[in-house]
Parts: sequence; structure tokens; C-alpha cells
Amino acid sequence: MSALTIRNVSKRFGAVQVLHDIDLDVESGEFLILVGPSGCGKSTLLSIIAGLENATEGRIEIGGKPMNGVPAKDRNIAMVFQSYALYPSMTVRQNMTFGMECRGVPKREQATILDRVARLLQIEALLDRKPSQLSGGQRQRVAMGRALVRDPLLFLFDEPLSNLDAKLRLEMRMEIKRLHQRLGSTIVYVTHDQIEAMTLATRIAVMHRGVVQQFADPDTVYNRPANLFVARFMGAPPMNTVPARLTGEAGAMVATIGQGAAAVRLPVAEVPAAWAGREVVLGLRPECIAEPTRHFSDMDGATVTLDAPVEVIEPTGAETIVLLRFGGEQVLGRVAPDLRLAPGTNARFAVDTRKICLFDPQTELRIA
Amino acid sequence: MPARRLLGEGLRTLVMWAPLVVSCAYVVIFSLWTTAVSLTRSTLLPDYTWAGWRNYTVVLNSRNWQVAYANLAIYGVLFVVLATAVGLLLAVLIDQRIRGENVFRTIFLYPIAVSFVVTGTVWGWLFNPSIGLQKLVQGWGWEGFRFGWTIDRDLAIYAIVVAAIWHASGFAMALFLAGLRSVDADLLKAAQIDGAGPWRTYTRVVLPTIGPIFVAVLVMLLQFAIKTYDLVVALTAGGPGISSTLPALVVYDFMFQRGELGRGSAAAVMLLASLTVVLLPYAGFRLWQNRRSAARA
Repeated sequence: MSALTIRNVSKRFGAVQVLHDIDLDVESGEFLILVGPSGCGKSTLLSIIAGLENATEGRIEIGGKPMNGVPAKDRNIAMVFQSYALYPSMTVRQNMTFGMECRGVPKREQATILDRVARLLQIEALLDRKPSQLSGGQRQRVAMGRALVRDPLLFLFDEPLSNLDAKLRLEMRMEIKRLHQRLGSTIVYVTHDQIEAMTLATRIAVMHRGVVQQFADPDTVYNRPANLFVARFMGAPPMNTVPARLTGEAGAMVATIGQGAAAVRLPVAEVPAAWAGREVVLGLRPECIAEPTRHFSDMDGATVTLDAPVEVIEPTGAETIVLLRFGGEQVLGRVAPDLRLAPGTNARFAVDTRKICLFDPQTELRIA
Repeated sequence: MPARRLLGEGLRTLVMWAPLVVSCAYVVIFSLWTTAVSLTRSTLLPDYTWAGWRNYTVVLNSRNWQVAYANLAIYGVLFVVLATAVGLLLAVLIDQRIRGENVFRTIFLYPIAVSFVVTGTVWGWLFNPSIGLQKLVQGWGWEGFRFGWTIDRDLAIYAIVVAAIWHASGFAMALFLAGLRSVDADLLKAAQIDGAGPWRTYTRVVLPTIGPIFVAVLVMLLQFAIKTYDLVVALTAGGPGISSTLPALVVYDFMFQRGELGRGSAAAVMLLASLTVVLLPYAGFRLWQNRRSAARA
């Protein structure tokens, strides 16, 4: 069943168009993440789904029912806010039952639901406290509890983890994922953090300047980015994108980075023959550049080894990020931490050529 | 060089301390002096013969003082409650993102820019039966209309209440509006999704959130009320008779009309004491709040 359908939704504030023709379909039980840099329109889209804003054009359906003009309270949704938006003058218990009270749920039923959700989120001990007496993580739990007491068709999360410190964010991320697996609810989740998007989503919509750049599962978004924006936005450190020239013929094409003796040649597959001899932008994930002993695949010719000058090394403990040059262009690689590279010298690297992406330098769309 | 630095530091100290010394002299020393005088037999001029509590008993037993305090009770309660209510209502109405908000805000806030004397005078005209509202409405043909509150013994104090509310409710509105605007917009959205209507949103979510503003408004208005002087002088001069007098007028009356410096001082000290009684609970509340947040941190 389609839990949420968004058709041709546009939004204008005066002369500024913040959303262009958004089209998304979310199946029941899916975890959709809207991700993008700040100002890309993701929060506006969430507000439109919630009924807190009206779309200038287009249609919204929740659970198969048209929602245009339906007020937020009648949309059968629950929302978790970035600021948590807990009512400061109410206790945790009142915060969680306020919505049920407004909808006229009988007191006894309220108590049963409250008990169940409080147990689920392990906040039974906090029920009589005020929000000001809670830590950030506890507030976050209560905010989720307030959404969970409703059992809605759709959960909406607006950057719920961005006010937590790094450690707590990891914990809560795991918790949200576990909750989703356990309850099987449909979630639309807004974030600017691409790692959250990768780890939580069943599908990701990458947004930029009010346009959905790509709408696909995390694997596809990561490995087959639709365009240069997606390629550079997803992943930390981001994908290396360098100018290259294609030579050879269909089936055996080679991308050359740089000129002369320092030039780096990488075999590329599945490129339309029309691109032979033309300039492209070559995209290569940092993890595809590793120490020479790394074995990427059993496939023939998948791994190319080459020498490149090392400029800077950044040991992170688990791995070392290396800034090196391919044919004069700066690229980042991720090598094993026990490899002792000396900046200013040449070193040997293994490159995984299976994951190379090529982009049209004019349209910025992926061609292979 | 050291001399210059010394001068710089000396100047800084001087700048810091001079106003402090002056205000201490005026506030503390004269308060103490007034208290001292209130315990003497001073009449037209200070006379430091000990009189004990006699001035206080005389003032407390005087009819002026009793009427003034009864009036202060009526005026204080009505003024504070109604000015708060009107201010809150105006603020909530303006908070509905209406068009021309700035215009309305300025109009409502304008009375506070007018001095009490002007307020009193203008409302004096409005209440005056021969030139004010009564005359106007009677001129329209409603012959039986009566609006001469200021000339009625039983109504004069309410005339003052009305003028004071007109004067101060814009001020209350400004404070409330600032409070309403500081409420996190997400709270309103959360309430909207929870299905709370406007009434429930305000009474359960918004107004409890701005509780501290209520305390601030109440304290400000209450001390306004207790020290009210010029408004009454301009509007009714405490009359008819002494029917609309207030404690501050009684102090003035004793001191400068009757030349009873000792008794006037006693009345002033009691007025100061009532202000303290009002402000102490607030100070205590703040102290308790600070302690509680400190304990939590």
C-alpha cells in the first residue's frame, strides 16, 4: 500500500520558489529520508506533508486519501521536532497524553497506551518530571514517545538528532532504527547529515535547491549517484571528482587524468561509444584508493596499481586518509592505518576501477 | 606614565561611584531621615523631640488614611487584574499575524507615552458631565444617560481605575506580546498536530509557557498602583471630598497642606512598607527559582 504520495508539489513564498515539482511515492513500512544542505527545501516539504504549510501546487495523499486542505490534526500523522517542542509547563506524562486528550480518548485507554509506550522507550521513571528536568537524550525519547502514543499512518521526523552530542546521536540513531524494525511504521525523516541518511533509510531523496536530485535506495545513491551534486554530497570524505579524457573504443575505454608522464590511466567499462575522445568528470570514492596489497575483487582487471605522490596524511585511528595527486589533480584515498606513508614521497596504491563513475561536465549527469 | 594610568583608573572609579553615591544619598539617607522624622514631633519644620509611635497611631486612625487604603484595595485589585486582562487580550489579538500590526501596536502603546497628568486631565474632561461623554450622548438624544463618575462619591475611584487601565494596558500588552513572540514556533505546530484548538493552545500551552511574564507584569502594575499620585490629582484631586484619595495623596496632604511633617513621614514610611510587602514575595520567588536552577545544575 502506498503510505504517502507526493505529486507535482511546488511551493512559492512570494517570488521565491522553494520547491519545484516534487514527485515521491513511499510504500507502507518504508523509512524515507529527505536529505540535502540547509535551504534545499526539505523541511518545507515535511511541513507540507504535515499540513503545517500549504503547497502552492500539487497533490499530497496519505494512506491513499487526498490531504490537500485537510488540517494537520486530521491527517493521522505524528511529528518529532528538531527542538523536540515539548510543552515546558507540562510533565512528561501530560506531554504524551495531551494529543489523546484533545482527540477525546477515554482516560483509561490513555493510561494503557501511555504505559505501553513508556515501557517501550524506557521512560517510565521520567513520567512526572518537567521537560526542563530532563537531559537532551531523555527529551528526545519523550518527543518520540509523544509521537508513538498516536499510532499514526505516518511518522514525521524533522532533524531529530541534530541537537544531541555525537555519542548520544549514535545511540539514538541505532534506537530509531531498532524502533522502525520493531514497529514497521512508515517514517519520513529530514536531515542534513548524509551518514544518518545512509544508515537509517530504506530510500533516500537527495534534495538541492528545491529539486529532488535522486530518489533511490542508499546503495544506489552512494554507488550510482545520479549527478555530480549527489556524488559530492553523499559520503565523508566526499567522492573525488576530477576532469578526465576518454580514449579507446566501446568496451575497452580508458580515462586519462592529467597530461604527460604523470598522467593516470584508468580502464572504464560500460561507457556509450559516443563519449570516446571527449572530456568527462571522473568520480572515484576515497575507499577505492587503498594500499597496494588490498584485494578489491576477484574480477580480472578490476584492480589497477599505480604510483602517486603523497601530500598530506590524516590518521583517524581506524584508517588513514591520504591526500595524493593523480595526474596533477588532488584526490583523497583511505588506506590501512598501519601503512606508514611519508608526505612528499611517491607511494604505490591500488585503485578499484569497478566503482568509477563518469559525469557529463556540461549537464553534470552521470553517463556511466 | 604611572600618573596617567592612576588618573585613568581614578576616573573609572569616579564614574562608577559618583552615581552610586548620589543615589545612595537620595534613596537610603533620605529614607532613613524620613523614618527618623516620623518618630518625632516635627510639624512645619523638623523638630527632633522624640514622639514614639504617636504619629503612626494618629495617621492610622485618621479617616483620610482609612479611606485611602480602602480605595487602594479597590483600585489596586481592579487596576492590576483588568489592565493585565486587557493587555493580554490585545496581545493575543495582535499575535494573530494581523495586517497593520505595527499601527495597532503603536496605538495601544501610545498611552504609556502620555504622562499621568495628561491622562488624568483628558479623562477628567471625558468624565465631566457638562463637557464630556455624558453631554455628547445626551446631545444625541439619550437624555437619561449619566456618565459623571468623577462627581459621584461612590464612582470616583472607578473613574481612576478606568483611566489607569487605559494608560497601562498597552504597556502590559507590549510585555505580553514580547512573551508570545518568544514562544517556540514548533510548540504551536506540535499543538496543531496534537489537535488542540486555539483556546486550548493558549490556555494549556502558550500562556503557561510565558508564566514569568505574568509575574513581571503583575509586579510592575502593582507598584504602579501603590505609588499612583499625579493621575488622581489631575483627574479628581482625591474628590469629591476625600472619596477617591489614595495613600500618596494623604502623604502629600499631611506634609505640605497641613504642615504635619512627622505624620506625613509616618504615612510615607507605611507606603514604603506596603511596596516592600508587595515586592518581597517576588524577590523571594526569584531567589527560590535561582536556587532551584542552581541545585539542578
